[in-house]
Amino acid sequence: METYTLMVLLLAATIRVATPLLLAALAGMFSERAGVIDLGLEGKMLGAAFAAATVATVTGSAWLGLGAGMVTAIALSLLLGFACVTYRGNQVVAAMAVNIMVSGLGPTLALAWFNLGGQTPQLDAAGQRFTAVVWPWSQSARETPFPGLLYAELLSGHNLVVYLAAALVPAAAWLLYRTRFGLRLRAVGENPQAVDTAGISVTGLRYQAMIISGALCGVAGSYLSIAASSGFVRDMTAGKGYLALAALIFGKWRPYPTLAACLLFAFTDALAVRLQGVALPLVGVIPVQFILALPYVLTVLLLAGFVGRAVAPRAIGVPYSKEK
Amino acid sequence: MVEKITVLPPALELRSISKRFGAVQANRAVSFQVAAGSVHGLIGENGAGKSTVMNIVYGFHRADDGEILVNGRPVKISSTQDAIAAGIGMVHQHFMLVENFTVIENVMLGVEGGPLLAEGIAKAREALAKLGKDYGLDVPLDAIVGSLPVGLQQRVEIMKALHRGAQILILDEPTAVLTPQEADQLFRLLGRLREQGKTVLLVTHKLREIMAITDRVTVMRQGSVVAEVETKDTSPRELAEKMVGRSVLLQVQKGPARPGAELLTVSNLEVRDAQGVMRVKRVGFKLHGGEIVGIAGVAGNGQSELLEALAGMRAPVGGEIRFGGRDLVAEKIDPRGRRELGLAHVPEDRLRVGVVTSFSAQENLILGYQDHENFNRGLLMNNQAILEDCARKMAAYDVRPPQPGLRIAAFSGGNQQKLVVAREVDRAPTVLLVGQPTRGVDIGAIEFIHQRLIGLRDAGKAVLVVSVELDEILGLADRILVMAGGEIVGELSRAEATEEKIGLLMAGVREEKT
Repeated sequence: METYTLMVLLLAATIRVATPLLLAALAGMFSERAGVIDLGLEGKMLGAAFAAATVATVTGSAWLGLGAGMVTAIALSLLLGFACVTYRGNQVVAAMAVNIMVSGLGPTLALAWFNLGGQTPQLDAAGQRFTAVVWPWSQSARETPFPGLLYAELLSGHNLVVYLAAALVPAAAWLLYRTRFGLRLRAVGENPQAVDTAGISVTGLRYQAMIISGALCGVAGSYLSIAASSGFVRDMTAGKGYLALAALIFGKWRPYPTLAACLLFAFTDALAVRLQGVALPLVGVIPVQFILALPYVLTVLLLAGFVGRAVAPRAIGVPYSKEK
Repeated sequence: MVEKITVLPPALELRSISKRFGAVQANRAVSFQVAAGSVHGLIGENGAGKSTVMNIVYGFHRADDGEILVNGRPVKISSTQDAIAAGIGMVHQHFMLVENFTVIENVMLGVEGGPLLAEGIAKAREALAKLGKDYGLDVPLDAIVGSLPVGLQQRVEIMKALHRGAQILILDEPTAVLTPQEADQLFRLLGRLREQGKTVLLVTHKLREIMAITDRVTVMRQGSVVAEVETKDTSPRELAEKMVGRSVLLQVQKGPARPGAELLTVSNLEVRDAQGVMRVKRVGFKLHGGEIVGIAGVAGNGQSELLEALAGMRAPVGGEIRFGGRDLVAEKIDPRGRRELGLAHVPEDRLRVGVVTSFSAQENLILGYQDHENFNRGLLMNNQAILEDCARKMAAYDVRPPQPGLRIAAFSGGNQQKLVVAREVDRAPTVLLVGQPTRGVDIGAIEFIHQRLIGLRDAGKAVLVVSVELDEILGLADRILVMAGGEIVGELSRAEATEEKIGLLMAGVREEKT
């Protein structure tokens, strides 16, 4: 029973780790399907994490924090759109500029406003963060290992954002494959000229995609600072934006495979946390550094070997202009 | 009863349309009328302003001056939406299709009929079935567009336009990617459209098409309309002269070939493209001195990869290329090595492979020969010699303007190509490989380049011409190889070659061996 409980707890941790990855990967799916490389996921998330924590601290409302996180990430996304869509700049360079700017700006502002060495104050008052939603009867269900424990640990006991992220996967799939907007979005990432000659604005579509990407990054970043933890710390995204991008590529820019990729990456991450200091048969205790590197090693291996022919949206990274 | 006599206004009328791009006056007071229910031809050389006219009519560009009338009423077309609303549809030369979408998704794009797709798809399916029946447009609606042959992709484009309610259909160089048989099918389709009262504007530089299908034809030269005639009252020669502004030779003048020794032998050559797809399959042929061999085929059937393999730009996965007593494949001789051995190459894609667009003409003229002792003085380039060499070639090849220091991008396509041909032909290579010798080149330069190639042949050298322009192959080649699906599917002597025979081979119909 001990192993079983451990596995359930591991899966529950996987879900929590996967949430920001999934939100960011979905964000990237919209912008990349529209033809804009979204290396800015990292910066947008980090910016949102800072804004969410700051506003939650000042107003005492997690919801206002989330709103601020989304507005910030959307603003950063529009800034990227301005550079890459309107001014047809290099998408990678512009995104890196945003990432670097945000990683410096957050701690700087935090230092100036709160004087806590670049962090925001601990959020501990009620309502300042999104806390676990405990489903009815989960306490008593815990008594029975199966299916009670699954119910109590996997379904119940997460914060709102986790459930939102889970609901967003089918919503994104529906938007992408069943709606007019989705058809146009997919088309503009493949052949923007076809979209233009069909009488639809390429620029307009790409901006819409950037706004959706920003909104989702905003949720992802807010999750990090006001749901998964209680406050903003320097570089708290720690490469999750890039990992999300890797999951997106591994998922071939499709919602459900991307979900699977996010869960896989999150699982290795959760596993790494569990394995720290645990003596394994034959190998003994594995040094922490190796374990922490596991998700990244896995990313490299998966992307190098197993993706096979991941066909990117054809027009990705190419600024659109009528004159060619 | 009073019989009401109505004269239909022209479906499309342009009144003194002018458009300037920077210093270039692309259109100068262009006016013409396209009668309703007719097939109208718009013909002119590259750079004559045809594309600009079309792009203005389709709302891609805005005219500086002038007006457009549809069915006698002035319309303001400032975007593609306006053009579509005015009943104008366009089939672009490079199809505007999303390759990994199905046919129906492509047709629907932009006219989905509501925010959700399901209902729109059902409606579109119905409408397209009717369109298919009315015009004989037989296209599998659920097929992925990228998997369809180009002929069908073009039909998807036509369907797209008709589904948007186009009454006026503009086709831009529609036969560039088709076999002659596919082109004939297209013309039959255009005929049916005309019977149904649609108006077709056919933009092309091919005289054959104009003569085959149009009712009237407008000729453009240097941004202006220079003639408008009934097709039945004119001839290809007259049209060509109007296009160029002087008398031209439609037929390449050349004497009979005198094939000599075998100079290049290719056997069992196999080449993969960058994606790993086998594009050239067990190809073998010989080139003799004193002959021009033409490789015909629809674009994308392995000719480009074959040419690249011969020139040394792409490593074959198998086979031999024997030249000058050596096997170029086994010895892995690079393009420069091949040039030194006397195997020169005029690449298909002039702007990407043939020249460096930001370099001057004189710098471009030494590319590939930059280590030649004439051009160097110790470690430094001998700019004086390079300049003189360029000036001499410019004079010999009638390059205009004759300014060696001018950036190559500032020359017209024809003059750029003359420079590339000068660079490669001037050294009298034993074998010259030429890809699309006259793509994007004006008629005057075409004549000139063809004469140079024939001159090389008459000097006893071998020339291999790869071209998707069947007229060019028929005009130049002494022997014709036809490629389809990466294989050589037939070989014809010039005497036995006809457009029809080659067309069947291009479509992959093999000759019955008797």
